[in-house]
Amino acid sequence: MARAVSTRRKITFTVIAWVIGIAIFFPILWTILTSFKTEGEAIASPPSFLFFDWTLENYTTVQERSNYFLHFWNSVVISLGSTVLGLIIAIPAAWSMAFVPGKRTKDVLMWMLSTKMLPPVGVLIPIYLLFRDAGLLDTRTGLVVVLTLMNLPIIVWMLYTYFREIPGEILEAARMDGAGLREEIIYILTPMAVPGIASTLLLNVILAWNEAFWTLNLTAANAAPLTAFIASYSSPEGLFYAKLSAASTMAIAPILILGWFSQKQLVRGLTFGAVK
Amino acid sequence: MSRTLLLGAVSLLALGTYAQAETTLTIATVNNGDMIRMQKLTDDFTKNNPDIKLDWVTLEENVLRQRVTTDIATKGGQYDVLTIGNYEVPIWAKQGWLAPLEGMPEGYDAGDLLPAIANGLSVDGKLYAAPFYGESAMVMYRTDLAEKAGVTIPDTPNWGQIEEAAAKMTDKDNEVYGICLRGKAGWGENMAFLTAMAHSMDARWFDMDWKPQFDSPEWKETLTKYLDMMNKYGPPGASSNGFNENLSLFQQGKCGMWIDATVAASFVTDPKESTVADKVGYAQFPNKAGKEGRGEWLWSWNLAIPAGSNKVDAAKKFVAWATSKDYTKLVAEKEGWRAAPPGTRTSLYDNADYKAAAPFAEKTIKAINGVDLAHPTSQEVPYIGSQWVAIPEFQGIGTAVGQQFSAALAGQTSADQALQNAQQLTNREMQKAGYPK
Repeated sequence: MARAVSTRRKITFTVIAWVIGIAIFFPILWTILTSFKTEGEAIASPPSFLFFDWTLENYTTVQERSNYFLHFWNSVVISLGSTVLGLIIAIPAAWSMAFVPGKRTKDVLMWMLSTKMLPPVGVLIPIYLLFRDAGLLDTRTGLVVVLTLMNLPIIVWMLYTYFREIPGEILEAARMDGAGLREEIIYILTPMAVPGIASTLLLNVILAWNEAFWTLNLTAANAAPLTAFIASYSSPEGLFYAKLSAASTMAIAPILILGWFSQKQLVRGLTFGAVK
Repeated sequence: MSRTLLLGAVSLLALGTYAQAETTLTIATVNNGDMIRMQKLTDDFTKNNPDIKLDWVTLEENVLRQRVTTDIATKGGQYDVLTIGNYEVPIWAKQGWLAPLEGMPEGYDAGDLLPAIANGLSVDGKLYAAPFYGESAMVMYRTDLAEKAGVTIPDTPNWGQIEEAAAKMTDKDNEVYGICLRGKAGWGENMAFLTAMAHSMDARWFDMDWKPQFDSPEWKETLTKYLDMMNKYGPPGASSNGFNENLSLFQQGKCGMWIDATVAASFVTDPKESTVADKVGYAQFPNKAGKEGRGEWLWSWNLAIPAGSNKVDAAKKFVAWATSKDYTKLVAEKEGWRAAPPGTRTSLYDNADYKAAAPFAEKTIKAINGVDLAHPTSQEVPYIGSQWVAIPEFQGIGTAVGQQFSAALAGQTSADQALQNAQQLTNREMQKAGYPK
């Protein structure tokens, strides 16, 4: 039975939660507000919060100057492509680690995680040379490959944790009924782990969408995603805050909307197995 | 479900490459007003060169520098035209990374380029990059505040006069600070200003044996004066102010004086963004009383072509178009003379229309013409430079030294300690890099 919570406590916690929530969301809100200001108003001090002349000028400028849809499409292809490719590799890998662990499984998991400890810039030149020779520079295929490699450790770890919550006996029962390995993974394991897989997918799409090192360094004109689109509006000399905010708003809008609609799955997936 | 996902992934991956026009030039550039204007005007180029298609990659300056350096050092071949600074040009040309700009199309008139700028872009007499626009530094001040405080800022001020004026203009109760200077750490931020200031006060980065000189009395005098002025008359939190922060302070009327790149003049006089647009006066970069040197400052954004590119001819056509006299005229026709890219051609400064439209033209050309990159200070130096030093190590060392000086401005260390640290770290880096070479 749930504990009885007094109204006062409820109110206190609600208020605290709202304050923290607004504090976290505030920078994004400020970016969105700034995108509707003129450059002069964007730097004004003290800044005006809501009472300024709202303008769409920045959005028009950004539309005129950049091919938003090319960058948008690149972002979609790269983030979805790398996540899906990562899942295809990671589901069997996590299955074997969760249900038929060997003597070294723990070490392999740690080793996979350790690849995330190296700062990416340390391998920039080798990867750049490999990409140059393979003709993968400035291609979406190249970015899908490199982002898959980047996110694979996280995907495997997340799936491994979810799979461990699934009783091995169910899979055993399927095997008794004559299911092969393929059927076992596709028809038994995957449906049971859908919340976990869905949240892994969402989280990795978001990570890949926001990845701003490889996507900037391995692209030029053709495969550049929205991160490059944002970077083109920053400048050390000159006023650009309003236009930069407009570009940022356009870049985060799709992922914000996706996150909003799928927050139920995300939360469910992330807390999957937390309560037995 | 996973089969659908798989199909989706495969079809997404298959959306690989784009169809290519006959010659596509990929141009890497920075997000500066003049560059954005050029992108808008390229119809004029493609109209006459229908077989050349232009793809633009615009990036923030530091991202661009990293990106382009990686590509050119590995011969990645992603860019056909590069926008680079005059700091990089001689270094990269010596590495053999840039194609010399010989045999430019007829009518280019390389002789018209400002000698100070062209010399900085040439190695062994060969031009390796074409200047798109150039800038120096000067004092910008509020004429109304100067009048109110009863000070006159001479055309050729010295540091003593600047300090005195700053003291008189400061009115902290009304959030007016006598002087705004860069304090944010970085070789292109506070160290650009401090290197120029040090050069004007007879200091130098290295002696003729490449030994760092931060233990010299000249550097001590420079840093002490800078900290003194900023602590007494500067805005609060100045250690995180760079060009943009000072620009915004000045535009809102919070700075009496601002000493920075000449390009700032076109921003602070823009009535759309600046509240003080009609109250700005100009003076030359200060010097030490009784001395000649005025702290040289020279920066140009240039277009260069990577060596080994297989599109050199098309790229040359584009570079010539973008840096020609005709391009200047085109800009003047479309947006007025005030918007013409400054600081590259002698002919622009002989043009009466331009001089009438740009009140800062006279000061800009004087500052640029006064630059002698081989002799940036009164003492002898082994390097070429102005507000930077043309060695590859300068980016790293300059930023590390800048952090020391920024910390001193924030009050975290003393001036002596900052100079001592700067001396040590520069010494170490220079030895590691194998100087003297």
